[in-house]
Amino acid sequence: MGTPFLSFEGVIAGYGGGDVLKGVNFEVNAGGITSIVGPNGCGKSTLLKTVSGLLKPRLGSLTFKGESLVGKSPKAILQMGIVQVPQNHSLFKEMTVRQNVELGAFLIKDKAVITQRYEKVCSLFPVVAERSSDRAGALSGGQQRLVEFARCLMLEPELVLLDEPSMGLDPKTLRAMFATIEAMNAEGRTVLLVEQNARQALKMSHSGVVLENGVVRLTGSGLDVLNNPEIAALYLGGTISHK
Amino acid sequence: MTTLLEAKGISRAFGGVQALDNCSLTVEKGSITGLIGPNGSGKTTLFNVITGYVKPDQGTVSFAGEDVTGARPNEIFSKGVGRTFQLTRIFGRMTVLENMLVATQREESWLKGLTRSMSSAEEVSAALEMLEFVGIAKLAKLQAGSLSYGQRKLLELAYVLIADPDVILLDEPAGGVNLTLINEIASKIRLLNKEQGKTFLVVEHNMEFVMNLCDSVTVMNQGHTLTSGTPSEVRSDKRVLDAYLGGGDEEEN
Repeated sequence: MGTPFLSFEGVIAGYGGGDVLKGVNFEVNAGGITSIVGPNGCGKSTLLKTVSGLLKPRLGSLTFKGESLVGKSPKAILQMGIVQVPQNHSLFKEMTVRQNVELGAFLIKDKAVITQRYEKVCSLFPVVAERSSDRAGALSGGQQRLVEFARCLMLEPELVLLDEPSMGLDPKTLRAMFATIEAMNAEGRTVLLVEQNARQALKMSHSGVVLENGVVRLTGSGLDVLNNPEIAALYLGGTISHK
Repeated sequence: MTTLLEAKGISRAFGGVQALDNCSLTVEKGSITGLIGPNGSGKTTLFNVITGYVKPDQGTVSFAGEDVTGARPNEIFSKGVGRTFQLTRIFGRMTVLENMLVATQREESWLKGLTRSMSSAEEVSAALEMLEFVGIAKLAKLQAGSLSYGQRKLLELAYVLIADPDVILLDEPAGGVNLTLINEIASKIRLLNKEQGKTFLVVEHNMEFVMNLCDSVTVMNQGHTLTSGTPSEVRSDKRVLDAYLGGGDEEEN
């Protein structure tokens, strides 16, 4: 009780060409998985960027465990335990897979800790171990995605922000990815994710947030959002009878 | 049916990684062919070989009976092979509409392209119509660089469609696009296929999309073709379940 884990109050943000977020209000509870869904361009990625400090809100309050995030540098926010995996592929293509993953631990000075965490993420993501000394650029798009995930876990963050984690993944890997997100969450990490694969994301989420044109249209449990007929028609490809 | 696009015995290595290993693919004229396979199985590399972005170490690519192996991307494009990219490629500093107008220039010489200052009213209205279809017409005057990822995918789709190629290669058209819009894109592809006889080759991991849309599906694994067939044949193939779909249970979405 008391202080919310992550809280948005009247958050307004944009890129100069106008506001993308037009007064966002909602809270994320500690320990859960929260999915943000909505149409293309409604501000989902922008929302994540305000949390990780890549974009400073113009107005409004945004707090993590009671502490304001507004105006903090991305590095300061990382140190508070918040890590984002961006939507665009962000590996250094000329560096090896292992080098890329270890960069995720750049705030840690202790080599032994880095090695230990590297081994831990290798067990979660076999592709990292198999391709550790290959150039990251030689991996397929989907494999690069997995390496980015591995990299984000090196700091053992409290809050993980995932921008379309499933994009570009084959069905088998996608299932493994969703299982990994649940495993991350079971270890105590709170997850806030943006997903176009909204049905699957909402099914495993404790709560869902529908963002539309820069404001929150609906919040509820993952299943509430999934079963809302209007939302289904607009953004989930219709009320397909899901088996 | 006649073969429109054919890749035969393609091999290609990058450093020590054999991305394509004696891989073959046939696309019938007027078909919607799906290309599926695990991450890293070589689908995008095969696209790159077909469209001239990567030269194969071995094998041949032919389009409409003509050998186009090793031809440059612009040459292959002007013969009528259009494509989108998994990671979008657009001109970020131009407006959405300007991006579309660039794409209408397939038939032009470079000199004409350089010296022309105006696009005709027809070109502009055709461009706007296509943007309307993919649902981003209201963004026409914005800088393309300010679009969200999903919107860029839609722009790229509009961009390749307006160039009016004979065969259209789509690399994960549904990736990052909301589910309702995915259904609309599928309907548009079906319409272009039925009414104009356009041929499509589609890489996509959204199985509902692939299975509902495609006449024929080719499955790749580890750089070579595992099997080809109708969606239902492929779906029940044990090897495909093991390599790609996993678990043997039906894909849900």
